[in-house]
Amino acid sequence: MKERLKEIKQEALDRIQSAADEQSLQDVRVYFLGKKGQITEVLKGMGKLSKEERPVIGQLANEVRDEITEALESKKAKLEQVALEQQLQEESVDVTLPGRPVNMGGPHLLRKVIRDIEDLFTSMGYEVAEGPEVETDFYNFESLNLPKHHPARDMQDSFFITDELLMRTQTSPVQARTLRKHDGQGPVKIICPGKVYRRDTDDATHSHQFTQIEGLYVDENIRMSDLKGTLNVFAKHIFGEDRSIRLRPSFFPFTEPSVEMDISCKICGGEGCSVCKGSGWIEILGAGMVHPNVLEMAGFDSEKYTGFAFGMGPERIAMLKYGVEDIRHFYTNDIRFLKQFHGV
Amino acid sequence: MLVSRKWLEQYVNLDGIDTQDLAEDITKSGLEVEEVVGPQLDDENLVVGYVEKCEQHPNADKLSLCQVDVGEEELSQIACGAPNVAEGQYVVVAKPGTRLPGGLKIKKAKLRGEASEGMICSLQELGIEDKFVKDEFKDGIYVFQDDVTVGEPACPLLNLDDEIIEIELTANRSDCLSMIGVAYEVAAVYDKDIELPEPTVLMDQEPSSDYISVHIDNETANPYYGAWMVKDITIKPSPLWLQNRLISAGIRPINNVVDVTNYILLEYGQPLHAFDYERFDSKEVVTRLAKEGETIKTLDGEERTLSSDQLVITNGKEAHAIAGVMGGEESEVQDDTKTVLLEAAYFKPQVVRKASKDHGIRSEASSRYEKGIDITRVKEAATRAVQLLSELGNGKVLGEIVEEGSTDWDPAVVTFTKNEINDRIGADISLDEMVQIIERLRFDYEVDGDTVKVIAPARRQDIAIKEDMVEEIARLFGYDNIPYTLPQGVMDKGGLTTRQNLIREVHRYMQKAGLNESLTYSLTKEEWATKFVSPEIQNLVVSPVALKMPMTDLHSHLRLSAIPELLSSVQYNVARNQYNVALYEVGSIYLQKQPEVQPEQNLRLSAAVTGLWESHPWQGEKKPIDFFVIKGALEGFFDHLLEDEVTFEKAELDGLHPGRTAVMKLKDDVIGFVGQVHPAVQKDYDLQETYIFDLNLDKVFDQAAYSENYRPITKYPAIAQDLAFVVDRDLPAKQLEDAILQQGQPHLESVQVFDVYQGEHMEEGKKSIAFSLLFQNDERTLKDEEIEEARKQIVTHLESHYQAVLRG
Repeated sequence: MKERLKEIKQEALDRIQSAADEQSLQDVRVYFLGKKGQITEVLKGMGKLSKEERPVIGQLANEVRDEITEALESKKAKLEQVALEQQLQEESVDVTLPGRPVNMGGPHLLRKVIRDIEDLFTSMGYEVAEGPEVETDFYNFESLNLPKHHPARDMQDSFFITDELLMRTQTSPVQARTLRKHDGQGPVKIICPGKVYRRDTDDATHSHQFTQIEGLYVDENIRMSDLKGTLNVFAKHIFGEDRSIRLRPSFFPFTEPSVEMDISCKICGGEGCSVCKGSGWIEILGAGMVHPNVLEMAGFDSEKYTGFAFGMGPERIAMLKYGVEDIRHFYTNDIRFLKQFHGV
Repeated sequence: MLVSRKWLEQYVNLDGIDTQDLAEDITKSGLEVEEVVGPQLDDENLVVGYVEKCEQHPNADKLSLCQVDVGEEELSQIACGAPNVAEGQYVVVAKPGTRLPGGLKIKKAKLRGEASEGMICSLQELGIEDKFVKDEFKDGIYVFQDDVTVGEPACPLLNLDDEIIEIELTANRSDCLSMIGVAYEVAAVYDKDIELPEPTVLMDQEPSSDYISVHIDNETANPYYGAWMVKDITIKPSPLWLQNRLISAGIRPINNVVDVTNYILLEYGQPLHAFDYERFDSKEVVTRLAKEGETIKTLDGEERTLSSDQLVITNGKEAHAIAGVMGGEESEVQDDTKTVLLEAAYFKPQVVRKASKDHGIRSEASSRYEKGIDITRVKEAATRAVQLLSELGNGKVLGEIVEEGSTDWDPAVVTFTKNEINDRIGADISLDEMVQIIERLRFDYEVDGDTVKVIAPARRQDIAIKEDMVEEIARLFGYDNIPYTLPQGVMDKGGLTTRQNLIREVHRYMQKAGLNESLTYSLTKEEWATKFVSPEIQNLVVSPVALKMPMTDLHSHLRLSAIPELLSSVQYNVARNQYNVALYEVGSIYLQKQPEVQPEQNLRLSAAVTGLWESHPWQGEKKPIDFFVIKGALEGFFDHLLEDEVTFEKAELDGLHPGRTAVMKLKDDVIGFVGQVHPAVQKDYDLQETYIFDLNLDKVFDQAAYSENYRPITKYPAIAQDLAFVVDRDLPAKQLEDAILQQGQPHLESVQVFDVYQGEHMEEGKKSIAFSLLFQNDERTLKDEEIEEARKQIVTHLESHYQAVLRG
C-alpha cells in the first residue's frame, strides 16, 4: 500500500504540473482527493492491515493528501496569476488618446474684469451699487454739476428718449442716487459697475454701448492723498505689483480737483515705446475730489464732508491687460473669443 | 492747440529746457501734450540762393541749368526741373550733404551730362504740407518774397527747425487757447519771467467816428463791441515770419489782413473780424438778435437761416456776421479792399455756443468765444492788431476807438486757510510755499495770518471756488509729491447684497452647465424689439422704448428680449464654421408701462444653443442639443435656487416650434419660456436646430430660497417597484407622475420615468410609459403588504382616470 500511495502521489503531482486551467485542476482534485478518489480507495483496504501498519499507512496517506492539496493550491495560485496578467494585458488602454471633454462654459472677459474690481473694493469695505440704464436728465447731468447748456455736455453726445430721459452716458448717476439715499450722512463707500451708452459709431475703438465702473468714497476728512493711495492699490492689484501710477490734472464737471491716472508702461517699463507713444505712461482712468456742488445737491454739507470718485472703462482695462485690439470683440460673441477667458 | 516752441520763446525763456522735457512737465501740471512734432529739418546746408543765370539744359527739354549764388566764392551750377525757375529769384538751395525730410540725401551729380551741385527746392520737398503752400508755388520751387540774404540758412527762415507741441486742452483751460495763456502756464511751471507784447499805435488825426458808429441792441448777449478803422491799406501776402507763425498753429496764411486777425486770435485768444468797410456799406454797426427766418450768406458760401436767439452784426439793415461764429461773404476782405472795419468784441459764451451748434460751425473764433475769452484784454488785442495792420499793410489807423458797452470784469475772490488746503490735499505745504505758487500763477492775493485771499484774473475763469485753488496749489506743488494714504475712517463691512450674490450664482451655474456668457446690445432694431417677448411681459408694455435720434436703424429701440440679438450672435458663429454654440446672457429688458415715464428694468436670463451638447468623437459619442438637454439644465438651475417646483407647460408662442415649446411656471405664475426656434425662423437666421430660453430672474429671485435644515439619513431600506402603462400618446407624463405620487402616499418617496416607447408593436395613438417608484419610511422597514396596497391603489386610479393599461 505504501507503494501504491507513492504512485498516487507521483501521478497526482505530474497531472497537477501539466494542468493548463482551473477545470483540469478541479478534475485532478476530484480524481485523487474526492469521496471516491484514489486515496479514499487505498484507505478502504486499511482493514486488511496489521495494527502496527495501520497508523503508519494512515499517516503516510495524510501526508500524501496534504502534499497533493498543497500542490493543487500552489498551481491554482499560479494559474490565477497568469489569468490576471492576461486580463491586465487585454485591458490596457492608450493613455495618450484624448479624454472625454467636460463641457463647461465661462464668464465674459468684461465680467471677469468687473468682478475682479468689485472683489477688490468690497474687500476694502465698499458696497456694490447699481442704477437704471435709462436715466433722467437730472441724475445723469444736473445732479453732477452739469446744468442744461453746460459746455461739457458736448463731451458726451447722448441717446435721448424724451427731453428728460436718456440712455445714461456714465455710471455717475448711481453716485448721485446713492448719496441722496444717505441723507447727508457719511460714510458712503460704493463701487458702481454698469452699462452706459453714447452716440458713437461702432469701430475698433468706439462702441455705442460699453461698460463703466465708478467708485465713490465720501466721509469726513477724505483727502486727495487717499485717492492717490486707493488708486495705487487698485492699479497694482489689476496690473501687477511692479507697475506704478502717476496722477495728472484734468477736468470733469463733477470733481474738483480732477485728475487722470496713468500707469507705467508694461512694455518699456517707463522708458517710452510705441505702445505708450513714447511717454512711458498709459492713461487708465479719470478721478477727482467730489465737487462741492455735487455733495450739496445730494444733501451733504461740503464743509464737513469731502470725498473722492473715480471712473474707468473695463473694456479699456481688458484691452490693455489682455491685448484685445478691437472693442467690437466684446459684443460680437465669437465663441473663439469667449472661450479664451474661461481660465481662473 | 498747437504750440510752436519758437513762438513760445518769444514770451518765456526756455534756454536749457529740452522740448520733450517741457512736454512732460506741462503734462504733469495740467496741459496734456499729445505729441511733439519736429524739427522737420535743421540743416545748415539748406541756404538761400540767388539765381544769377538760368538757361535751357542742352540735353533735356524739361530741365533748366542755373548758376546760383549760394554765398560761396564760386557760383554753383544746379539743374532744376521746376517750370517757374527764373533768373533773379531768391530760392531755397539744398547744397550737397543736405538730407531732406523724405530721407533723400543731396549729392553732387551729373544730370544728362551736366554737373549739378545741389537742388533748388519746393516747399513740399522740405516737408511743408501742401495745404500751406500758396497756389503759385504748388507746382514748382519756392521763391522768397521777403528780404533775404544769399547764403543765409533757410531752415529758420521757413521755420523748419521749430518744434510743435500739440496740447489737448481740458474744457476748463480755455485760457490756453492762446499763446499768451500757454506762456503764463509755462512761466508758472518753471517759475520764470514772462515778457508780453506792449502794443502801441500811432493814430491818425482823422476821427473814426466820421466813418462809423456802434450800437448794441442786447447788452446781455453782447456786453462790449469796439470798432477800429484802418484806411488806405494794401492787401498783400504777409511777411514770412507771420506766415510761419500761422502755419505752425495749423492755419493757412491768406493775406495780411486776415493773417493779422488770425495771429491775434492765436496770440491773445481774442477773435477779431475784419470787414471790408466799403462792402459793409454803412456808417453804423448795430448788433442785435436775428429776426426769425432772417438769412445770411457766410464766408464758406453757405446760405444760412437765422433764429431769434442768435446774435448778428448788422450794418443797420442786413446781417453781415453771425456774432463770434462766422462773417458774411458780402463784406469779406478782398484783394481790392481799401478800408478795414475791425471788430473786437465780447459775446456771451452761451449765445455763441448755441449759434455754433445750430449751424454746425466750429470755427477758431466760436470755440474761443463759447468758452469765455479774457474780456479785460479785448482792447489790448485790438490795439496789437491795428498796430500790425499799419506796419504790414501801410494802413492808417483812424483816431479814437468807436465802442459801446463795457469791458469791466468782476473778479472771483477765493479765500482759504493754509490748513484747509493741506487737509484737502493730504500734504503739508507751508504758507510760504503756497504764496510762492500763487505768485508763479501771477494771481493777485492778500495774506492775513494763515488766511489767503486770491483775486482770480479774468483770463482764468475756471478759478471760482476754494477747490479750484486746492487744484492750483496741488498741481504746482506736484501731484507726484502728494503722499499715498488710505482713508482713515471706520472700516465697515462691504460686500454684495443677496441679489448680487444670486446673480453671481446664476453665472456660476450656467457656466458649469456648459454655457458661455455673452454680451449683446440693449439697443436693437425696431423689428427685433418685439420678437421673442416672454408671455408675462407681453401685456405689461405698450410698445418698446424708442430713441429720439438713433445713430442707425440697427440700434434704435430698447429690447424686450435678448433672444433676437443672441440668435444673431449664434448666426455669426455658425457662419464662421463654429457649429456648436451655447450662449447665455444675464441682462435687462426695459419696460415702459406708460409713455414718457422712466422705464422699469427687468433682469432676464436668456440663452441660445445649437449643435452638439456633448461629443467625444473617437468613442463615437455625440449628443445633439434637444429640448430635454435645455430642460435638464433649467431643472437643475431651479433646483439650485428654488424650493418650489417650476412646471413646464406646453405652449404655442410666436417664433417657436409649436410642438417643442413650454412656458415655465412658478406657483402658477409664468416666469419665462423654453423651446426650439420655429424652423421658418431658423431658416431666416440660417440656423440648424436651435433652442432658446428666456427667464424672468426678478421673479425667480423673489422666490429664491434654499432650506438649510438637515434631514437625517434613514437606516431603513428603500423599496423599488417598476410600473409600466400603455396610455394615450398625447397624455403628458407629468400628469401620470403627479397622480402616481399622490396615490402612492404615505410611503411613496419618488417617481421617475425610465422608459417611453411608441411605434412598432404599439397600438396606433398609444405609448408605453414606465415609472420607477421608490417607497421609503424613515422610521421602520416597510412591509410587503403596504407596498402591494399602494401599488394596487395606483394602478386602479390610473386605469379609471387615464384609461391606462398596466403592462404585465
